[in-house]
Amino acid sequence: MSTPVVDSVSNAAATPGKEQPYEALGLKPDEYARIRELLGRRPTSGELAMYSVMWSEHCSYKSSKVHLRQFGQKVSPEMTKNLMVGMGENAGVVDIGEGWAVTFKIESHNHPSYIEPFQGAATGVGGIVRDIISMGARPVAVMDALRFGALGDPDTARVVHGVVGGISFYGNCLGLPNIGGETRFDPVYQANPLVNALAVGVLRHEDLHLANARGVGNKVVLFGARTGGDGIGGASILASDTFSEGGPTKRPAVQVGDPFAEKVLIECCLELFAGGLVEGIQDLGAAGISCATSELASNGDGGMRISLDEVLLRDPTLTAEEILMSESQERMMAIVQPSKLEGFLAVTKKWDVETSVLGEVTDTGRLVIDWRGETIVDVDPRTVAVDGPVYERPVAYPAWLDQMQENSAATLPRPADGAGLRKDLLHLVNSANIADTSWVTSQYDKYVLGNTALSYPDDGGMVRVDERSGLGFALATDANGRYCYLDPYAGAQLALAEAYRNVAVTGATPVAVSDCLNFGSPENPEVMWQFSRAVEGLADGCLALGIPVTGGNVSFYNQTGDVPIHPTPVVAVLGTIDDVGRRVPSGWQDAGDNLYLLGATALELDGSAWAGVVHGHLGGRPPAVDLGREKALAGLLAAGAHEGLFNAAHDLSDGGLGVALVEGCLRFGVGARIFLDELLERDGIDLATALFSETGGRAIVAVPREEDVKFTRLCEGRGYPVLRIGVTDAGPASGAALDVQGAFSIPLDELGAAHRAPLREAFGA
Amino acid sequence: MRIGVVTFPGSLDDRDAQRAVRLAGGEPVPLWHGSHDLEGVDAIVLPGGFSYGDYLRCGAIAARSPIMSEVIDAANAGLPVLGICNGFQILVEAHLLPGGLIRNDHGSFVCRDQVLRVENASTAWTNGFAEGQEITIPLKNGEGGFIASAEDLKRLEGEGLVAFRYVGVNPNGSLDDIAGLTNPRGNVVGLMPHPEHASEPGFGPDTPAAMRSGVDGLTFFTSVLAHRMAAA
Repeated sequence: MSTPVVDSVSNAAATPGKEQPYEALGLKPDEYARIRELLGRRPTSGELAMYSVMWSEHCSYKSSKVHLRQFGQKVSPEMTKNLMVGMGENAGVVDIGEGWAVTFKIESHNHPSYIEPFQGAATGVGGIVRDIISMGARPVAVMDALRFGALGDPDTARVVHGVVGGISFYGNCLGLPNIGGETRFDPVYQANPLVNALAVGVLRHEDLHLANARGVGNKVVLFGARTGGDGIGGASILASDTFSEGGPTKRPAVQVGDPFAEKVLIECCLELFAGGLVEGIQDLGAAGISCATSELASNGDGGMRISLDEVLLRDPTLTAEEILMSESQERMMAIVQPSKLEGFLAVTKKWDVETSVLGEVTDTGRLVIDWRGETIVDVDPRTVAVDGPVYERPVAYPAWLDQMQENSAATLPRPADGAGLRKDLLHLVNSANIADTSWVTSQYDKYVLGNTALSYPDDGGMVRVDERSGLGFALATDANGRYCYLDPYAGAQLALAEAYRNVAVTGATPVAVSDCLNFGSPENPEVMWQFSRAVEGLADGCLALGIPVTGGNVSFYNQTGDVPIHPTPVVAVLGTIDDVGRRVPSGWQDAGDNLYLLGATALELDGSAWAGVVHGHLGGRPPAVDLGREKALAGLLAAGAHEGLFNAAHDLSDGGLGVALVEGCLRFGVGARIFLDELLERDGIDLATALFSETGGRAIVAVPREEDVKFTRLCEGRGYPVLRIGVTDAGPASGAALDVQGAFSIPLDELGAAHRAPLREAFGA
Repeated sequence: MRIGVVTFPGSLDDRDAQRAVRLAGGEPVPLWHGSHDLEGVDAIVLPGGFSYGDYLRCGAIAARSPIMSEVIDAANAGLPVLGICNGFQILVEAHLLPGGLIRNDHGSFVCRDQVLRVENASTAWTNGFAEGQEITIPLKNGEGGFIASAEDLKRLEGEGLVAFRYVGVNPNGSLDDIAGLTNPRGNVVGLMPHPEHASEPGFGPDTPAAMRSGVDGLTFFTSVLAHRMAAA
């Protein structure tokens, strides 16, 4: 083995003509030229490593930035009044009252989860949880929005077992309850599953921490797991450039997670925060030390000097470039006052967390990194972390879209008799995307921490924040790729509306949004058009609802072969509730309650579950969006929940009223007798439309008889359409059924068996 | 009454166990794995979690941690000790209870509301139940399959040392549907399900009466308080 050549700054200046593998690292020729211009010389291999990874699509948002700006521009005072930290930090922070704040974020780990499903999904959870800790918060729950290929495809089982196993392994071992999410199947995700992990944390206002390196002379401290060769990806190219034979072998590009190390790190960080021992903090995720140092320095006094020799290594043969790029998990970087360093080290020692001081904050405006006696990086950190390239990618209206939109599902044959309706409803209940997903969720701990007030299968998850007052929050995630495919602007707004409604039915009031925007290649102008329309729809939608986007993530290049996935903007909505004791479940609990349908129903079957499942059809235009109506419905639901008028409330979405009724019955095994004549007459629709249309702004509520008058008055006062459509009927013991009078009756046993079967048959009991 | 709850690195349900002690009317005392001081507590809970990452075998490293030498001595002297989930695994690894706990027979972690039958209602932790009573307690583990030699099993059954049995569903392949054990003296009890998660109305398992209203687990903690009061 030959001695590695240290590519120092002086060496770079002296060898301007050295060829560098910038293209293999993903940089374009003009980007490489820009780096040379910024530095006034060629970059060292360490600098090249930093720029290549920080200027990647994943870290720099170079294709999406020009569109994402709308989230900052389309803002009203109503949206910012409770916002403590907005987009751009590790995660947004929302004031929820009583001195408490909530921080939450959803992020993708799609590509690693296809290559290595178990570790890809596990480290997805680990990464998003560290973002939450970085804000000074205690993580209190996780959720995940998952999309896989066709249920019957053999490769789907490989990915599902790995992803669910990885989330279960990591999340359970961290002691964070998994309170909900989504599991969807569609062939468009066959070779490109979506694994979007959400984490949420709580903190007292005064505990807020930000990722900045302020205070000249303050120490830069790396703590947590040792730095190893995992997740290096492109750096191995540089390694092979500087090492000859006998050098390190190619290492896994997917990181390996150790939830035990992360659990200890969480407790250690919280003790450090409580002791006031940290000035600034940043987690190490994508781009590892490159990202943490350049971001901390950019956000602070602008300078930092560190020595890579101080980094504790798992593998002493790592090169400087590999150390800079390593994505080893469970590491954090803190800025610590010299006078507090001793206290800091005492806490990390207590938790057996390895710690090393790498250097200190300076006011030079330069990020300087030394290794083996040479300076190998000397850059303006803002050019690495902030002022990366920005692209206005070309957009093109998809050539196929008009034809697709003309092909409406309204022309499909709809069953008119009871037997046909019964068959279609059972078909839906037995289909991959409506089926019971407890095969997945029963592998997650929902109890730990003892504050879970709602979780799957309720419409949203809910967690208590304050044990004395009962203050809490609710969360739901939603996205309908089929709608977005037909109209990305409307589709994004429908995802927002559904998540918003799912929070509202729990009794909480929606207050903030995080999004994970999953799309195909930004270099495909039609995909870029979908992206721009979806972002515009979401930004306009948030403005209309008066709730801000607090952060999120963009994932491009999601495609199977050359075919992009359906545009899938996953929207997470956070709501607050002043007492979780007033929460409302999604199914009826007692016999004898009146069931009311809130909202009107129109013939809107385009993109519906019914069209897809029964007819294999996708075409037309998604249901009309009316965010004013959504806001009015949410207001009504919150008011009703506050007065304790509901025994249940359930949002209508995929599969329409029919599926909502089934889910309402199956939640606690209580049946229902439904009469729809009045609805058909009022809305001028047929029975199939009443049962399967996916018109927005609708929910079913179960109202105990003694609250009937109050409830009716509430609806009248707010002028919201409401109709009594039935009563809850008979509990589990007495042969309960869903009985749609004049049409069909289905025993709950039969519905339950159909609902449970698909995932269990595909993946094992 | 002061009830200690030991926190190991990787303990997860330690604060929940403390809350359950409080709800039962006791005073929870946090104890640290690296200490040798039991702080004069009246009983000890070893909580659930993944102590030391469950490396080697579940509970194996924790069973050899500094505080466990004190816990073992105190248990042998009659102090009530309850091991929940990982705590049960630690008790088995510390040889305070016999047998072993292995990977669930179906291979996956499972979280469910589990019906148990109380088989021994005369221990320090179960005296508030009636023998044969069926209770619902959340279960959540990946390695809860109870095994024991034929000889041990015969002794456990013969001497009434099976404290709890799974009813309806055996969720992990445990021999004889065994969910929990007691030692002959009745002061050391271990089980896989989590009584601390069925201790507060609104946050426990669903019951026919109302959602998340199950509080059968609280009786473990009121039982030990009653037991200590009687002894005092």
